[in-house]
Amino acid sequence: MAGIWTVLQHRDGKLHRGSWEAIAAAQSLAQERGTKADAILLGQDVGALAAEVAACDLGSVRVAESPLLAAYTPGGYVAALAPALTAERPDFVLFPHTYQSCEYVPRLAQACDVALVPEAIAIDGGAGETTFKRPILEGKMHARVRLRRAGTALVTLQSGAYSADARVAGSAPVRPLGVDLAAAAAGRDVLGTEQIGGDTVDLSKADVIVAVGRGLGGADKLGAVEELARLLGAEIGASRPVIDSGWLPRDRQIGSSGQTVAPKLYFALGISGAIQHLVGMKGASVIVAVNKDAGAPIFKVAHFGVVGDLHEVLPALNQAIRELRG
Amino acid sequence: MKIAVCIKQVPDTEARLRVGKDGRWIDEEDLPFVINESDECALEEGLRLAEKSAGEVVVFSLGPERVKEALRKALALGASRAVHLGHPAFAGGDALATGRALAAAIAREPFDLVLTGSQSEDLGFGATGTVLAGGLGWPHAWLVMGVEPETDRGTLRVVREMESGVNEILRLPLPAVLEVQAGLNQPRYASLKGIMAAKKKEIVALGPSDLGLGEDEVGAAGSALELLSVAFPEAGGSAQIFEGDPVAAARALAGKLQLEARVL
Ligand SMILES: Cc1cc2nc3c(=O)[nH]c(=O)nc-3n(C[C@H](O)[C@H](O)[C@H](O)COP(=O)(O)OP(=O)(O)OC[C@H]3O[C@@H](n4cnc5c(N)ncnc54)[C@H](O)[C@@H]3O)c2cc1C
Ligand SMILES: Nc1ncnc2c1ncn2[C@@H]1O[C@H](COP(=O)(O)O)[C@@H](O)[C@H]1O
Repeated sequence: MAGIWTVLQHRDGKLHRGSWEAIAAAQSLAQERGTKADAILLGQDVGALAAEVAACDLGSVRVAESPLLAAYTPGGYVAALAPALTAERPDFVLFPHTYQSCEYVPRLAQACDVALVPEAIAIDGGAGETTFKRPILEGKMHARVRLRRAGTALVTLQSGAYSADARVAGSAPVRPLGVDLAAAAAGRDVLGTEQIGGDTVDLSKADVIVAVGRGLGGADKLGAVEELARLLGAEIGASRPVIDSGWLPRDRQIGSSGQTVAPKLYFALGISGAIQHLVGMKGASVIVAVNKDAGAPIFKVAHFGVVGDLHEVLPALNQAIRELRG
Repeated sequence: MKIAVCIKQVPDTEARLRVGKDGRWIDEEDLPFVINESDECALEEGLRLAEKSAGEVVVFSLGPERVKEALRKALALGASRAVHLGHPAFAGGDALATGRALAAAIAREPFDLVLTGSQSEDLGFGATGTVLAGGLGWPHAWLVMGVEPETDRGTLRVVREMESGVNEILRLPLPAVLEVQAGLNQPRYASLKGIMAAKKKEIVALGPSDLGLGEDEVGAAGSALELLSVAFPEAGGSAQIFEGDPVAAARALAGKLQLEARVL
């Protein structure tokens, strides 16, 4: 029988949003195969969380509790999951594609000698042969892949690939996932954490954001961007390469490793629309993209778009706004 | 410190992409290639650490003949030697197969540190460096944004990026693998002197048998994943697009934003 597992990511007693999406994905896969999925929860004192997950339509919620799992470490997670995977050989193990899973899931695949499918955006084929779709070339194209040999696939799911709201309620038993952590080591010594960029600018409060990407071409070319921001009373934001190149300070970065924003109006100027940027701004009510490449992925999430050189479009846009306002 | 740096050659992000004839990969003819962005930062960090410790950097790349150009560039920037895994059997690997081959090549010499990028701009597995660390049995950190050697302890102080604007600070024992995030540093440019010196530096070619691996353990044959096809995403999205004359397009956009979206 096809085993379908999902390993839950959580922190401070709350599931990561991507874990709810992974539960929905596991349920849909299980339904196509006439079975039920199991959710795996690793931690310490996670009874309340297990009960919350058990209110989903699942075969079971399997819990491993140990002081070694109180905080996530790659060593602890691999040590807890590898023996169970090797003993039970589920067909699919789903994870949200997060910085945490990126760090330990490849080592888990290697330890168990099973397939790794990073950042899947679709799992197709129903009960027949399974194929996976994943983005390549920074989201500009998609690849379809399949397993070369039958066996377990560890699949990390891109944020938003499945909808958390699609998950089905139910009542699942909670039972232990037998783990032996005697030989496990955390494999790391955490000295502390630090806030990036000091968080001096809070872009999440802005109604209008004018964001620029690598297409800007240099810090000396910000003039028309600043003018648009002045005209609209907007904050200026940026994609990561703009920050990395030193054109704008780190506290202006929007995306998975920067700020998450949801303004009424968002301008994406010379930004290609890689997923790590999109997760930070796709909640904006109106998205306007200016890009010289008509095929840029940003146009898929935009409401309005101009295909053209931003250095020609922006001065004209500023002029048009001034005229409209008389 | 003796440091290995893995660099991958990838299509320039500005390049116009086309699906190849067999539909299984992009058409590489006339495609401009560059060194993967985070790998450039890994190389820069390796060069700085080697300069500080009177050590050396050896660069590794797996790929066809063209990747020698990337290796040459790394030599011009200051790497002392290069290793090229160019045998056709290495082609078409997933993260597990490519990581296995790179680990076997690196294990032939005693290194203190391996630096890779965090994610490639073409296949984007975000996993090859992690697999490489597993193959060597070394600790690793992904998305590294800071490295400081703690020489007296034989450890590294590593800053690792996490989600939501927080960095984690770790201490890792050496030897270790660090997967560098783009933006860790500003990579240097090659000097004319460096370019001249690179011509005399060695690029060693290694095949699967030099690594003690069978041809079925590397590349496509040694992979768990098989690439079936590549395609542009289906057209979709509901954007109203303005093309053509930029002034007319800008005017039309401003009008829409005011009248329809009511956001101006
Ligand atoms: C773990 C991880 C975390 C990341 N976190 C973030 C994050 O928080 N935020 C983030 O933004 N990215 C992040 N990234 C990087 C992300 O993957 C992309 O590389 C990045 O978003 C691309 O930025 P860009 O669109 O500005 O540049 P590019 O992808 O280089 O795109 C530039 C765009 O500008 C267009 N262009 C060029 N010239 C012009 C012109 N004259 N006029 C109009 N258009 C023009 C081009 O057609 C292209 O579409 C992360 C990556 C990783 C691996
Ligand atoms: N063919 C290759 N040759 C050298 N290094 C590679 C190769 N493939 C991947 N890497 C390294 O592994 C990192 C992660 O790649 P990926 O797992 O494909 O996202 C890259 O940034 C490189 O440093």
